[in-house]
Amino acid sequence: MGFEKFGRKSFTAVTKTGKFVDLLIEGKVEGTVCKKCGAKFFPPRADCATCLSKEMDWFEMPKKGTLETFTTAYYAPFGFEADPPYTMGVVDFDGGLKLFARLAKEIKPEDVKVGMGVTIRPLKYEDGQVSFEISKA
Amino acid sequence: MEKDVAVIGVGQSSFVRGYEGSIRELAFEAFREAMQDAGITQKDVDASVFCSAPEYDKQRSPAGVLAEYLGLIPQPTFYVETVCSSSSTGVKVGYSMIKSGLHDIVVVVGFQKMSEITSAESQERMGRGADIQWEAPFGTMMPAYYAMYAQAYMAKNGLTHDDLRDVRLKSATYGTTNERAVYRKGVKAADFDPNNPEAKMAGPVAWPLRVGDCCANADGSSCIILANKEKAKALSKKPIWIIGIGAASEAVNMAARPEFAKGLSVGYKAAEQAYKMAGITARDVKVAEVHDCFTIAEVMAYEGLGFAPMGEGKQLIREKATYKEGRIPVNVDGGLLSKGHPIGATGGSQMRTIVLQLRGEAGPMQVAGDPGIGLVHNVGGVGLYGNVTIFGR
Repeated sequence: MGFEKFGRKSFTAVTKTGKFVDLLIEGKVEGTVCKKCGAKFFPPRADCATCLSKEMDWFEMPKKGTLETFTTAYYAPFGFEADPPYTMGVVDFDGGLKLFARLAKEIKPEDVKVGMGVTIRPLKYEDGQVSFEISKA
Repeated sequence: MEKDVAVIGVGQSSFVRGYEGSIRELAFEAFREAMQDAGITQKDVDASVFCSAPEYDKQRSPAGVLAEYLGLIPQPTFYVETVCSSSSTGVKVGYSMIKSGLHDIVVVVGFQKMSEITSAESQERMGRGADIQWEAPFGTMMPAYYAMYAQAYMAKNGLTHDDLRDVRLKSATYGTTNERAVYRKGVKAADFDPNNPEAKMAGPVAWPLRVGDCCANADGSSCIILANKEKAKALSKKPIWIIGIGAASEAVNMAARPEFAKGLSVGYKAAEQAYKMAGITARDVKVAEVHDCFTIAEVMAYEGLGFAPMGEGKQLIREKATYKEGRIPVNVDGGLLSKGHPIGATGGSQMRTIVLQLRGEAGPMQVAGDPGIGLVHNVGGVGLYGNVTIFGR
């Protein structure tokens, strides 16, 4: 329970990584790390893909990254019609972790560049949904 | 090279908007053509495989229903799915069924009636085409994913919007000559000009991709009939052999993808396997069908298949090397961009084109030089699944 609060609109109600939403409400964007082998995952996983362990801890995602790529959507799927245009992108952190999210509204599409320094922060929508977004470093 | 499994019959329906019939009638159109092409009857068929993207089907478990309509019961039948590459995967499965010695002749049917559901339902499904848990909540759609590949690729490799436009102009050139294509109108450079108020291809969909960079949804079906060596030699005057097969998968979430500017990993991993199995290199391929669901995807495919060095795919378009008269003709049937992309039918349709090319029966689309080796590159999802199949005479 609880995962339906994730994102603009969630398609998943139940997941063992539901704590992700509680952490977002606390202001933290966290991934999971395997207690056995130390493999790190974002988005979070309940099971380790490397050593098959199910003993996972949470860790806070790095703050500084670069924008590897992005797109500005002028059309949206059903349920998101009020949102366009919005920009989404992939952040590359040093150490092999990456993250996909929308970019903060205050960044103008024409100012977004591949390779620019960015950070991530939690986000709360007016309707109570919670998410995270990419903002300027 | 191995010559154990051959294609002895190919068929395809016209690719259309709003097919006036049910999925069983749609599947029958490709099946009838392939059976007549092979010159066999249903009694000769040992098993059938049906392929589509199930989210468009109202019929649950379509394989049994379609097998009955095609007259293929009581032979075994089942369903295979890898989204947009479903029918390539179906052919891989059919190949394995024959190669194992279980069956002599297998029919593989790909079908999709995208208009089976309303456009609102379709849009919702498009948003769920990738990672529904971690990405769809941001409002993702297929064009947005490929646009992220395009953005990174263009920034690194100097590919321009004019290059992408020229991929579409090539597809449209051949779409006009393919009577089975959904988009048969020609496209001009002016259709992409943002300063031209009449330009229908110029509007942004998911930047940097524009309307004209995206393929057309369509309803359609395809059918490939496979046979073992003995049956192929007995039944077919011009058997076309499957000489190489490669397939790969990749992480669904963009956060787990390798470098975006290098294109889809499944493309080059599947190609490497297929070339190795066939014992050939990219230079030996004389005609190809690649998965151009978006213009950028065709340029990335050139590199993944080794037709151009990494980062240099744009040169093939600039030099017109992938036109019918060029060094390596690609998508001279209009490709997904103009022929259309009825998801489950696409791979089989690409294979039909290559088989006709190798037989010298491609009509106005026939490439010169009597090609002996052809290749099909078919991708499922946003590079989630990749299939490369190589054909020889």
